[in-house]
Amino acid sequence: MITVGMDIGSVASKGVLLSGDKKFSLVLPTGWSPRDVGEQILANLLAESRVELEEVDSILVTGYGRVSFDRAAARTVTEISCHARGVAALCPETGTIIDIGGQDSKVISINGNGKVLDFAMNDKCAAGTGRFLQVMANTLGMDVGELAAFEDPSAMVKINSMCTVFAESEIIGLLARGSSKGGIIAGLHQSVGKRVAAMTRRLGVKEKIVFTGGVAQNAGVCRALEEELKHRIVVPEECQFTGALGAALLAAG
Amino acid sequence: MTANTANTSDNVEKFMDIRSVALAKILDEKGQGLKVVGIYCTFCPQELVLAAGAVPVGLCGTREDPIPAAEEVLPRNLCPLIKSSYGFALTDTCPFFAFSDLIVGETTCDGKKKMFEIMQDIKPVHVMQLPHQHKSPHSFALWVEEIRRLRSRMEEEFNVEIKDEDIWKAIDLVNREKKLLKDICDLNRLSPPRMSGMELLTVTWSSGFSHDKEVVVEMLEEFKDKLESREIEPDAAHKPRILLTGCPVGLGSEKVVRLVDELGAAVVAMENCSGYKTLELLTDKNGNDPVVALAHKYLNIPCSCMSPNPYRMELLDRMIDDFNAAAVIDLTWQACHTYNIESHEVKKLVKGKGLPFLHLESDYSSSDEESLKVRIEAMLEMMGK
Ligand code: SF4
Ligand code: SF4
Repeated sequence: MITVGMDIGSVASKGVLLSGDKKFSLVLPTGWSPRDVGEQILANLLAESRVELEEVDSILVTGYGRVSFDRAAARTVTEISCHARGVAALCPETGTIIDIGGQDSKVISINGNGKVLDFAMNDKCAAGTGRFLQVMANTLGMDVGELAAFEDPSAMVKINSMCTVFAESEIIGLLARGSSKGGIIAGLHQSVGKRVAAMTRRLGVKEKIVFTGGVAQNAGVCRALEEELKHRIVVPEECQFTGALGAALLAAG
Repeated sequence: MTANTANTSDNVEKFMDIRSVALAKILDEKGQGLKVVGIYCTFCPQELVLAAGAVPVGLCGTREDPIPAAEEVLPRNLCPLIKSSYGFALTDTCPFFAFSDLIVGETTCDGKKKMFEIMQDIKPVHVMQLPHQHKSPHSFALWVEEIRRLRSRMEEEFNVEIKDEDIWKAIDLVNREKKLLKDICDLNRLSPPRMSGMELLTVTWSSGFSHDKEVVVEMLEEFKDKLESREIEPDAAHKPRILLTGCPVGLGSEKVVRLVDELGAAVVAMENCSGYKTLELLTDKNGNDPVVALAHKYLNIPCSCMSPNPYRMELLDRMIDDFNAAAVIDLTWQACHTYNIESHEVKKLVKGKGLPFLHLESDYSSSDEESLKVRIEAMLEMMGK
């Protein structure tokens, strides 16, 4: 059985092709056309795995741009179900998934089979999403990927504003008053962590907790989440691909 | 489609026409001195309006169009229902509002009562002081007085005498209407449900706009007969059965009902006030003071403005069983504090019964349809659709 799962997110799009026990995966920036990036990922996955399109048994698409990928053969499933399935495969015995992406954050409570028991989602407000960190990185004149390396929790500066717009001016003020960049960055991570931890507690914290999505690559946010939730958090190596992997697995079923 | 399904759909369309028919009639009779009373909420005792020989018309506040205009006066972070209601008045774009001789409002939530103060500049608004306790004797005494005050206000305004016997007649008529509406809603207890969510909404919501209750009662009777013999595709029995609760929903703010339909599930019942909320509350016809009888009925309405509001939980509990709901969606409008906070109680109830619960907070714009869809779809996937 050969299946393809794609997770077309607001910032990055991910694809996974499963062929027997072989797995191929890749990520591309979504850019301005979720439709094109889907086609591109499919083409690249096929090329890399030397599989012909006709050999693919089933394609399943998820994520923000899932509806724009309009191949007749492709089914769509929400990212909630896909993340649950993907994480259950990568990290058995997961109870809670925290996923922070570019545009939204979600918490999913699952059982051992990767079945969703409950979920909560924030996509109305940039606070607590990758977007918040992106804007703050710009303000600090850094790349969002560098933030974790530069954070200095021992000099943590508390960021009071939850709102992205206000937080931006708060940071400009803090810099002007000479606060350390590292301390400010730690404060930003803490702010995201607090926000998402509150959402997690609303749903109920169940071990083990797995952190996925683009922002899971940021060790500072993971640290903040662990502090806020007072629980250990696991970040799977392929934390960006859980949605696409879940999609590929669900495509088989 | 069988002949009978086609017929029933025609009948639903008739309900969609109620508004235009009512407008034409009102326009016609306005010249002969017809009085119109605009009402916003189920707490307004429409029986009194009918007994005064006036026509009670529902003023909707369920559309997005006049909201930008309203935001020039009202704060933006206010519930869309209040902004829409005020916006229609301000922009003079609701003919029902334009025709109204008197507006009746109630001190339900803070946003509404302060908005009614401002609305006075546009039209005469009679505001009833609604107490917020169902059971206490002093609340009841106040509410009786408030209904009497409305009675005198209308007698003065319209220069009529509102006789007890006319109130009793109106009580009978409204009871008949509610009873029929309830019977119709109850047909959706069957599997497959007799109406889609959108049909259910259209019928229950539109009946409030009629110019003539007798006519609506006839329409409802006919509709009920059609519905009883309606042939439904047996496949529809497999659709997940959803119960909708929360803030008022009407045509114009129907997006969640529509999305659930589109995603292959069925809204089988709506607890909201355009739906089932008031349908069990019939006025007792055996007393000797019709105002007291009305006060009993209206003070029992399980709106989240009441504190505490146990009857809503009892009602929901029973409805979940009666309608065999597989999940509950609680739709609350942004900045509606009472329903948003009460959602916590609803969640406890629903989860306690072991059912999936989804709280959606939204407004009238279509900007969040995608994200609403993801949530609803994820819930359906979770239910193993
Ligand atoms: S929700 Fe309460 S205040 Fe609002 S219309 Fe219904 S009964 Fe009136
Ligand atoms: S929906 Fe809530 S805030 Fe809006 S009018 Fe009704 S009770 Fe008031």
